Amino acid sequence: MSVASFTVPTVTHAQVSAEGLAEKITIENLDFFYGDHRALKDINVSLYLGKVTAFIGPSGCGKSTLLRVLNRMYDLYPHQRATGMVRLDNQNILEPGQDLNLLRAKVGMVFQKPTPFPMTIYENIAFGIRLYEKLPKSELDGRVQSALERAALWNEVKDKLGANGQSLSGGQQQRLCIARTVSVRPEVILFDEPCSALDPISTAKIEELIDELKDDYTIAIVTHNMQQAARVSDFTAFMYLGELVEYGETTRMFTTPNDRRTQDYITGRFG
Amino acid sequence: MNDQHTAKAFDVDLQDLGRIVAEMGGLAEKQIADSVSALARRDTTLAQRVTMADAAIDALQREIEEKAVLTIARRQPMAVDLRDVVGALRLANDLERIGDLAKNVAKRVIALNAEFPPPKLIRGVEHMTDLVLGQMKAVLDAYARRDDAKAMAVWRGDEEIDAVCTSVFRELLTYMMEDPRNISFCIHLLFCAKNIERMGDHATNIAETVHYIIDGRPITDARPKGDTTTIAALVAGK
Repeated sequence: MSVASFTVPTVTHAQVSAEGLAEKITIENLDFFYGDHRALKDINVSLYLGKVTAFIGPSGCGKSTLLRVLNRMYDLYPHQRATGMVRLDNQNILEPGQDLNLLRAKVGMVFQKPTPFPMTIYENIAFGIRLYEKLPKSELDGRVQSALERAALWNEVKDKLGANGQSLSGGQQQRLCIARTVSVRPEVILFDEPCSALDPISTAKIEELIDELKDDYTIAIVTHNMQQAARVSDFTAFMYLGELVEYGETTRMFTTPNDRRTQDYITGRFG
Repeated sequence: MNDQHTAKAFDVDLQDLGRIVAEMGGLAEKQIADSVSALARRDTTLAQRVTMADAAIDALQREIEEKAVLTIARRQPMAVDLRDVVGALRLANDLERIGDLAKNVAKRVIALNAEFPPPKLIRGVEHMTDLVLGQMKAVLDAYARRDDAKAMAVWRGDEEIDAVCTSVFRELLTYMMEDPRNISFCIHLLFCAKNIERMGDHATNIAETVHYIIDGRPITDARPKGDTTTIAALVAGK
């Protein structure tokens, strides 16, 4: 991974100074098709190491689709294909012959609804780790603990690791999923509306978590909550009808967006 | 632009804010005109009325602050809406200060009481006031119409007020040196002139805010300045 000084070409006139930032994921001329429907149109954007990039836009604009491309989740479905380039550390992950399991370990994903497995809290985490590594019990215990600590859940569950993961509250379940994602030591974490089913306190905890995690990971988050995007992200991309309309530093995007459509969307004037 | 929010009540909130700012602006203009007209006519009754009327401006400022805070809490405005709300707060501040300055002028009129400065001196102050009122009208108009060009014209136009202030200052200085008995009323007039000059400065502040609301970026250029009263004092004191 190279630490380079460059200027990101953007869709609208905004120039993002990415000096000193390392490009973790570079998306170039990406198109995506559901059968004949072109859901993403010529997307060009980069995700930077140690930064949070938020994707915002009305429903159906393609933001979740874009996230699904980044760990090739779409491969699980027929008639879905992506063209163009998505480079993770300079390797095009869209090329055939990728080890998708390895890719998904590197690029973890947290979904809108918490998806704990119907097993114990401990097993929810250990299960993922065992898929990739053979560890002695004591080391595995350590990894489970550190994952739960990273997800700010350890103190709440340390006395009931044997309890069913699904017995936790919604917010705890979501943090359990984050712990599961973190446990396999990913490099990139994708959050697809991670807080939309959570109460404000749980939301605040997840946001706090994202803030803490971003030092070590590259994070992308899709959210419908504009304030959340403004709070947690460093860069924001506004998408509309499958196009990337505007991309820039979050501080600017939410105060002085360049594109009229961005402004109308974030101020609640859309449609 | 799509002017209406999906939530119509948000539009009403913003319109209300703009309306109160406009009302406050109108009151401030009236206060300026009344205070100087009280000075020109040595009308202490009118001056008294000006000092009393300042409370109404202060009340409007409080109303704007409350409404703005409530709008931020309730709507979490973004981008142009956020600038609108923050702009209203800043405008309210400047207008409140202008009200205070007009009140100060009115108090000087009451203090002058039986003294009669030469009309020629008052005319200089009146001329300054006309310029300030022109600036105020233009900048409030620019705010109401979101007219950036007009706001920028106001921003550049303050130089002339400063220049007139400097010349009034010199004139007063000459009078004071001529006869020490002139000093008392000249000092009062001098403060009046300075107060009016400060009103002009607040008008340019408002122009800057209007530009910020429209454009989203603060003005970074240096503003042309014509106020050299401090230098004039040094020269005259030699």
